[in-house]
Amino acid sequence: MQNPSISISNPAPTMTSRRQKLALGLSGIGIVLLLVVWAAGKALMPMPTFLLALTLVAAGITLFVREEYTLRPEGIKNNGVWFKSLTARGVWGWLTGVVITGFYISLYWFPEYLKGLIQLFDPMSRMLRNTAADHWFVYGSLYTAAVLLLGIKFIYKYRHNPYQRLRTFSVMFFQLGFAWLIPGLLMRLQQPEIYFTYFWPLSYYQGTPMAHAGYAGSSLGTFFFFFGLAMFFIGTPVLTYFFGKRWYCSWVCGCGGLAETAGDPFRHLSDKSLKAWKIERWMIHSVLVFVVLMTLLLWANVATGRGILQSVSEPFYKTYSFLIGSAFSGVVGVGFYPILGSRVWCRFGCPMAAWLGIWQKTKSKFRITTNGGQCISCGNCSNFCEMGIDVRAYAQKGQDIVRASCVGCGICSAVCPRGVLRLEGGPENKL
Amino acid sequence: MKIVILGNGVSGITAARHIRKLSDHPITVVSDESDYFFSRTALMYVYMGHMRPKDLKPYEDWFWGKNRINLVRARVQHIDFESKKMHTSDGAVIEYDKLVLATGSQSNKFGWPGQDLQGVRGLYHWQDLEEMEKFSAGLQRAVIVGGGLIGIEMAEMFHARHIPVTFLVREKSFWDVVLPAEESQMINRHIREHGIDLRLETELQEILPDENGRCRAVVTKSGEEIPCGYVGLTVGVSPNIGFLKNTALETNRGILVDEFLQTNQPNVFAVGDCAEMRAPKPGRRPVEAVWYTGRMMGETVAKTICGSKTVYDPGIWFNSAKFLDIEYQVYGDVRAQLPDNQSTIYWEHPSGKKSIRLNFDKNSGVISGFNLMGVRYRHEVCEKWLRESTPIETVLKHLGMANFDPEFYEQHESELVAVYNRQTGKNLVMQQMRGLRGVVQFLNTD
Repeated sequence: MQNPSISISNPAPTMTSRRQKLALGLSGIGIVLLLVVWAAGKALMPMPTFLLALTLVAAGITLFVREEYTLRPEGIKNNGVWFKSLTARGVWGWLTGVVITGFYISLYWFPEYLKGLIQLFDPMSRMLRNTAADHWFVYGSLYTAAVLLLGIKFIYKYRHNPYQRLRTFSVMFFQLGFAWLIPGLLMRLQQPEIYFTYFWPLSYYQGTPMAHAGYAGSSLGTFFFFFGLAMFFIGTPVLTYFFGKRWYCSWVCGCGGLAETAGDPFRHLSDKSLKAWKIERWMIHSVLVFVVLMTLLLWANVATGRGILQSVSEPFYKTYSFLIGSAFSGVVGVGFYPILGSRVWCRFGCPMAAWLGIWQKTKSKFRITTNGGQCISCGNCSNFCEMGIDVRAYAQKGQDIVRASCVGCGICSAVCPRGVLRLEGGPENKL
Repeated sequence: MKIVILGNGVSGITAARHIRKLSDHPITVVSDESDYFFSRTALMYVYMGHMRPKDLKPYEDWFWGKNRINLVRARVQHIDFESKKMHTSDGAVIEYDKLVLATGSQSNKFGWPGQDLQGVRGLYHWQDLEEMEKFSAGLQRAVIVGGGLIGIEMAEMFHARHIPVTFLVREKSFWDVVLPAEESQMINRHIREHGIDLRLETELQEILPDENGRCRAVVTKSGEEIPCGYVGLTVGVSPNIGFLKNTALETNRGILVDEFLQTNQPNVFAVGDCAEMRAPKPGRRPVEAVWYTGRMMGETVAKTICGSKTVYDPGIWFNSAKFLDIEYQVYGDVRAQLPDNQSTIYWEHPSGKKSIRLNFDKNSGVISGFNLMGVRYRHEVCEKWLRESTPIETVLKHLGMANFDPEFYEQHESELVAVYNRQTGKNLVMQQMRGLRGVVQFLNTD
């Protein structure tokens, strides 16, 4: 075990066939087209350019799926993930990370640089929402496209596995319907732009007096405000009791949806060390405390007539919004996919995940059971756990896995070569 | 009491961990192979790029210091059982009060011409993987000799790297000394489906060298010459005890041990692949080179060393493997050739990639074994049925309970019951589906 990497003696094992390279190239050209529009700050012939980019990306993915999955016997397809530059923190990985990070920085703080892309998406925005595109529409549309296109890829990758197929179909459905079509149509109908699958505290604004005031006069908005609170106080404990936090994190949530589809090739990059787990517990619960304090402060400020608390609550909100809402969840959360793995935000930052996790850990039927003595300590489960759970540590001892962070993606069970892991709900007492 | 364990595989490390759990004795683990314990069964995943070498380590590096398990990297050349001293290749001496030998296996070679050429190797040690890697760049074809568990792993490894593989199997069908005919043929089909050149009933005659002493081709017994740059010799393993031959330690194929895993030398034990039971339990082999038995031996010897003398009891046989994409599990007694006193019921999915087989005693109707391909069964449930000599019809009625496949997977147990009904003219109905609630209830009742 002296060699840090066995690939040293054979730095470029043939893992990528010519047709796969062609597939990646096609998608790459589509993405470069978008990058050019972004850089140019101006889109010539928005509609044709948009369609061309989309077609190229889709064609590339289709070819990749065919070459890598459907032309081969169905099964686990992880060959070479630790060899390939894109998925093993190589040059392509870092480059991708830099581009996505740059996009998020631009999106949050310098939207004026996104003019070209906004023009590109304008025809679609008018069709759906009957209004001009803005940078958030660009973001939402790209996000949805990523979940859908790479979701289809993921479904083919796991075509032998009904749990993975259904789960992925579900996140695609919620992203397309509840995070893109419905908010768009609501805008067309002059209603508030509501994302029915994002609740406070993940959507930290939703619990604030500003949101409440913003919905004034809209019965739908007011309904959603209270629906969100009910999901936090009642929906989450009840659903998590029966299904575990996966009912949200890997079946419904948009952040989870992106992680499970676009983020899937990077899932193995999560840190499995005990140290990372310690940091995780401190960090995610601190964010939960932060968001609760921030929200209470805002309401207290309103209750006290915007008096002495005004000067504190406002900056508090702005700090949260900048640090957690933008920098952490977006820039680090997605921008660092190719470096830290696909669930950095979900694992270390998301206050909703923290809340779900508390219930999952303390009051839930959900767990991953292990199959007697069949574990061979191979480590596939831990390696492909996007949440960085050292699944093997439990499996080799024959222990059930009950962890606050487990989002129930089921990949540990899928990649296990000996049939050791099963996600299930049962009586609360252990085997 | 100074405890020394020779070998840091699963047997030795399990012993060390359990000795630490039970006592405060100083523990030293000596290995020539690697600094840290790693999962040998997962070597293939490093080559295929699923994992990095460090991901094979089931414990983080700080674990050993924290648990006061002293790891020593050295090659032991000679053990003086009289003075309780081990002599290493660099002249050091390691003393012990109790010694656990856990030296594992080595790959078999049967005297073929050319078997020691460069690029000819088995797959057992970390160094075997390094060798495979070294020869992989530009490799045009690999030949695997021997149709067993390691052979098919090695075939999958090369195949994953897009290196053409020819797979020579001496038997009529893949691993047909262990698998019943239907399952064995399923794997034949599956190997070929992957585009691996499977040659059944083909034996190795010799391996031909090139001018640099590297293998360039194999010749089969029928005289065919197959050019190749690597030969994987996967014709089984045998106990790694060469350096212990001609010492006071009594050996046969392996190190001979009694039911307490004690050798003929006082205070010296042997566990895992290198141990040979003087009196194996009925139906069990004297040497069982399996991950699970190694682990159980490690745990057993720890108890004995720490003062509670414990008989090694491997319980009911179980094993598992994965043949490319098809998972395999076995519980109990399932033999390649059905014994005269047993009946079998076998169901196979139309895809030809899943099957369930239950064997039972013809006269008493008691369940004797489960053989699963592409379907997962719950170990505890099958084990309890077997241990309690459950009648086959009781098992069939509740068979759904044994299913361990992920949620939403189709359950095929009632189809197996239908096979039973067809064979017997009965009208049995399966009453219990998959589900943890039923399992917990079942396991908690005596």
